[in-house]
Parts: sequence; C-alpha cells; structure tokens
Amino acid sequence: MSGGIAPARAREVALLGFGAVALTLGAGGLLLLAGGYDPGAAGAAMLRGSVGSWNTFVSITLVRSVPLLFAGLAVALAFRAGVWNIGAEGQLYAGAIAGVWVALTFDGFPTLILIPAMLAMSCVAGAAWALIPTLMRLRLGIGEVITTILMNFVGIYTAAWMVHGPLQEERGIFPQTDRIVEAARLPSFIPGTRLHLGFALGLVIAIGLAVLFRRTRFGFQIRAVGASPEAAAVAGRIEPSRVIFITFLASGAIAGLAGAVEVSGLTYALYENLSEGWGYTAIAVALLAGLRPGGVVVTAIFFGSLRAGAGAMQRDAGIPSAWVDVVEALVILGVLGLERVRAARIVTDIREGDS
Amino acid sequence: MSQVELVLFLESAVRLGIPLALAAMGETLTERSGVINIGLEGSIIAGALGGALGALAFEGAGLGIIAGAMAGLFVALIFAVFAISLGADQIITGTAVTIGGLGMTGAIYQAQFGATGTELSLPTLAPVAIPGLSEIPIVGTAFFAQAPTAYLAYVMAPIAWYVIFRTAWGLELRATGEAPAAAEAAGVRVRRVRFVATLFGGAMAGIAGAHLALAHAGTFAENMSAGKGFIAIAVVVLGRWNPVLVLFAALFFGAASALQFFLQALGFDIAYQIFLALPYVLTLAALAGWVGTSRAPAALALPWEPHR
Repeated sequence: MSGGIAPARAREVALLGFGAVALTLGAGGLLLLAGGYDPGAAGAAMLRGSVGSWNTFVSITLVRSVPLLFAGLAVALAFRAGVWNIGAEGQLYAGAIAGVWVALTFDGFPTLILIPAMLAMSCVAGAAWALIPTLMRLRLGIGEVITTILMNFVGIYTAAWMVHGPLQEERGIFPQTDRIVEAARLPSFIPGTRLHLGFALGLVIAIGLAVLFRRTRFGFQIRAVGASPEAAAVAGRIEPSRVIFITFLASGAIAGLAGAVEVSGLTYALYENLSEGWGYTAIAVALLAGLRPGGVVVTAIFFGSLRAGAGAMQRDAGIPSAWVDVVEALVILGVLGLERVRAARIVTDIREGDS
Repeated sequence: MSQVELVLFLESAVRLGIPLALAAMGETLTERSGVINIGLEGSIIAGALGGALGALAFEGAGLGIIAGAMAGLFVALIFAVFAISLGADQIITGTAVTIGGLGMTGAIYQAQFGATGTELSLPTLAPVAIPGLSEIPIVGTAFFAQAPTAYLAYVMAPIAWYVIFRTAWGLELRATGEAPAAAEAAGVRVRRVRFVATLFGGAMAGIAGAHLALAHAGTFAENMSAGKGFIAIAVVVLGRWNPVLVLFAALFFGAASALQFFLQALGFDIAYQIFLALPYVLTLAALAGWVGTSRAPAALALPWEPHR
C-alpha cells in the first residue's frame, strides 16, 4: 500500500498544494452556488472570521490550529513509515483523558512538575492506544487501517464514559470533568491573546521531526521502510518491524499530546466531543503538506483558519458549518488527483523520450 | 431470560445486523476485485439521507430504499474515479470520501431542516411477516417478521456466493483481485471489473444506510452511520470474503449491539457508554482471535495500471 504518496521535493509539494487548494475553492464555490448560497459572501465571512484582524488570527485561527498541528505531525510521521494510522482521533482522546487525570489527581504539585507529568502521561496513553493496532499488525498481520479506526470509537466512548462516570465534575450534573487547577494550565505564548504555549511545543516537535527525517539514521530507516519494507530489509539491513513498532507508538504519543495540550492550554476540562474530528482532519493536514513536518505547520494553520472561518460563515452567511468537512475532503481528493495527473505526465514524458 | 425477552433480543440482533450484512456483502464483492473501499461509511450515510429524502419526496419507504441505493452508488462513483481510474491510494481516497460524505450529508440536512435538528419523521419501512416461516417459535418472528431489506440480505448471500464462486464473471472478479496481471493477459478488463464491483458495493451500502433511516430509526440524524461502514469492513474479514459467512458474522455483531440495549433493560448497572464501545471492542477481539488463518485477496488495495 505504500509508495503511492512518497514525499516529493518541497517546491513540488507547494505547487501541488496551491493547485489543490485552488481547485477546492473553485469546486467548493460551485457547490455553494448550487446549494443556493452566495459564494462571495461566504468567502468574505470566512476571511473575516479567520484572518480579519491580528487578534482574530492569533486568538482564534492559531489556537484552533494547535490540535491539528500535533495530530497532523503524528499522521505525517506514521505515513512516512507506511503506517496507516487513521487512529489519531482515538489516541488524542486517550491523551486528553490521561492528561486531565494527572491534573485532577496531583493538583497540589507545582506547575514545573504538573505540566510535564500531564504531557508525559498523555504520550504514554496515546502510545498505548496505538499499541493494540501495532501488535495486531506485527504479530497477526491484520492491517492497521480498520483497527485504528475501531480504536477511535473505543476512545471516543471511553472519554464519554469518563465525563459521565469516574471523572465527572463534583456536582455530577454536567458531562465534563472539574476544571483543572491554575498550575496545570499552559501559560500564554503571545501575551494578551489566547494562544498558549502548546503552539510553541508543536513547532518544537515539527523541527524535531524535520531533523529526524533529514539528519538521522533512524529517519532514513523510516523513509526506507515507508518506500518498501522488503527492499529496506534486503538492501538496507533494516528490521522493518522494529521501525514500524517505534514509529507507530511515537505517532500515537504525538497524537496523545494533542489531547492533553488542548485541555491544558484551552478548555481546562475534558468534555464529551472535545475533538471536532481533528484526528481525521489531520490526514488532510499531513497530505497537503506532502508529509513534511515544516509543511504541516503551514497546512495546520490553513485548516485552522478554515475551521475558524466556518463559524463566521455559519453566523454571517447562514452556511452550515459541515461544509468545512466537504472542503477537507475536496482538498484531499485534489491533492490525490493532481498527484496522479503529475505522475501520469512524467510516465508519458519518459515513454515519448524512449521512442 | 424469559421467552419474550429472548425473542426481543433476537429480533433486535437481526434488525441491527442487517445493515452490516448488506454493506459487508457489497464490500465482499468489491474486495474480491482487489479494491478496499474505506469510503463505505460515506456511502452508508449518503444512503441514509438519500433514503430519507427519497421517502419524503415519493411518499413511500420503498422508493426511499432505491433513492438510498442511488446515493450510495454515487458516493462510490467518486471513490472509483479517484482510486480506480486515476489509480490514487485507496485508503486515503476512501478516508476523504468518508469525511466528505459525512460533511455533505450534514450540510444538506442542516440546510433542509435547520441546524437545531428538529426531529424528522419519515415514512417507515414496515416489517413483513412471511407466512409459515414467521410462525416458527422464537426464531420465526426474529428472522422472518423483519423489514423487506432483511430478506434482501438473506437472498443476496447465496446469490453473491454463487456469482463469486460459480460464474465466469465471478472467476474474472477473483482473478482481478488475486492476480490482475494474469487476468489482463487473459483478456479481462481489470479496471472495468473493479469499477462494477465497487459501484455494486456502494449501492449495497446505500441500501444499508436507507435501512438505518427508514426501517430502524424512522428519522435521519447527522453521523447516524456511526462507524458501521468500518465495522462492515471488519465483518468482511471475519466472514473470510465469503458472502454466506459474512451474513453470519454480521448477525453476530448485530447480537453484540443488541446486547447493549438488552443488558440495560435487564437493569445491569453498567455505564451506557461502555455498551456503546462494546461492538467496536468485540470487533477488535474477533479480528485478533479469529482471523489468523484467512487471507485477503492478494492484490487488495493495489492500484492497477493497464498495459497497452
């Protein structure tokens, strides 16, 4: 299954990305027109709601892009190794549950201990959520696509159970946990805005992954296994199962962080339906970025602005917010389609060059 | 458990298993051709909305089922154009189609009926008791006093089995999924076979969705497919790509889901959310425990580039 989405050069990725976004906006506009809406008003509302002012951009768009940044990096890492982790959604909930549990249980500890403990525990939980599909793939040969998706539902319902049961707020009325103490809350990143330090942490992980892919032996092994596990084993003396094991769990850990960071940085409590499908949007984020960590930063902000703009679109232009999901699907299909057209052209060029 | 409760349990097991059976049977043919359609979930939700709107427009649940099949087929067509004609990655295409299907149905529903979600009541597909069979004690009403879509599933299982294993087209289908290069050398149009099998799978998933809306819920709700497309794909694996076994695997999961309502009704004090997670956990457990020896079609999920 691997190889179909091999990362290309940065310039090609950018061209492809802009092409896909342009196609999507065109198709999305036509769909809106067909649905009887005014695409111009929709676009204006979207821009106003996402990049209308500095404060809108930082406090709404960037804040919304934080979970997409973590989940997108998790997906990009896994896909690079040919691991089809569609389970970021469930891993994210596992991380959020673990993080909020630490914050509620050890609420007397100082920030410098509490926050790192929350983040570490969310990594462990996310990795544990990925462990079952990992073992099922490596030990039993069962593809991870279905197993990770099934684990998503288990994660969502586990979180729902937590906020109705063991971790429900003190009065037992609302489906949410108690609010976490001040010491468990991530400080602000840009003072005067709602943007928290989680965004910076995401950037650090993006840089770390970029270095990993380019500069390290293990990064090379990930790419080799992603291109072809057999070839990597034969020619590179790489043990694919070891690389897959580590990469899959690391991907789960990063997705787990997304959940804890959201709770610690923004919501200060665990709610049912914390995520608006970030784990799935992350696939679009990673693909549009050509699976490049640096690109993920850009595309996470792009999808963050779509999500931010969708709210304004619904308020000001009366357009259902579910349109954003349609746009996401169109972006993925646009990338896939353009990628295939490009590949076909290269093949044709080579064939014509032969004759 | 009293006899009345047992009958109720079996009846809801069958009712919950039928949409899985319909979708998984279509997916069985699709996967036999070498295509894994993760976009099945998108076809199911489109079938549910298509069925709902169709039933309202034509003022009848029967025509709603046909509208649902068309909607599911349309979603599969989008998948097929990208994953088969363009040869794009099947997993990612399928994921996009699912996201798009859930989003599009949500947007259409919100636009038609408002974002607040006023309860929509639909013409329902009434159960039809089969004379004779439905009078068998206990299992009779459970299996043979169901909506007509259930009988479609019962009838489709042996027919699909016959088509796959006993007809010339079935041989071409299996060859396409196992060894597309050899199939092409023998004159089989690999992409065409895959296209047909995928559209069939989409139509079946659409019927499954329409069943959810018209025979089960009597209404449409956003995301009401609730992962049934993914469970259906797991059911195909559990049924070892054999339509008859797939029917039984689907009924087993229907029973797992029915258990949730049932144990609750019996007053077991277990949180409702744990029951909701149960079918997914059981699917994982069954995959881990039972699949060991079975094998997917060799060319599953591999795009095919015709050689001219």
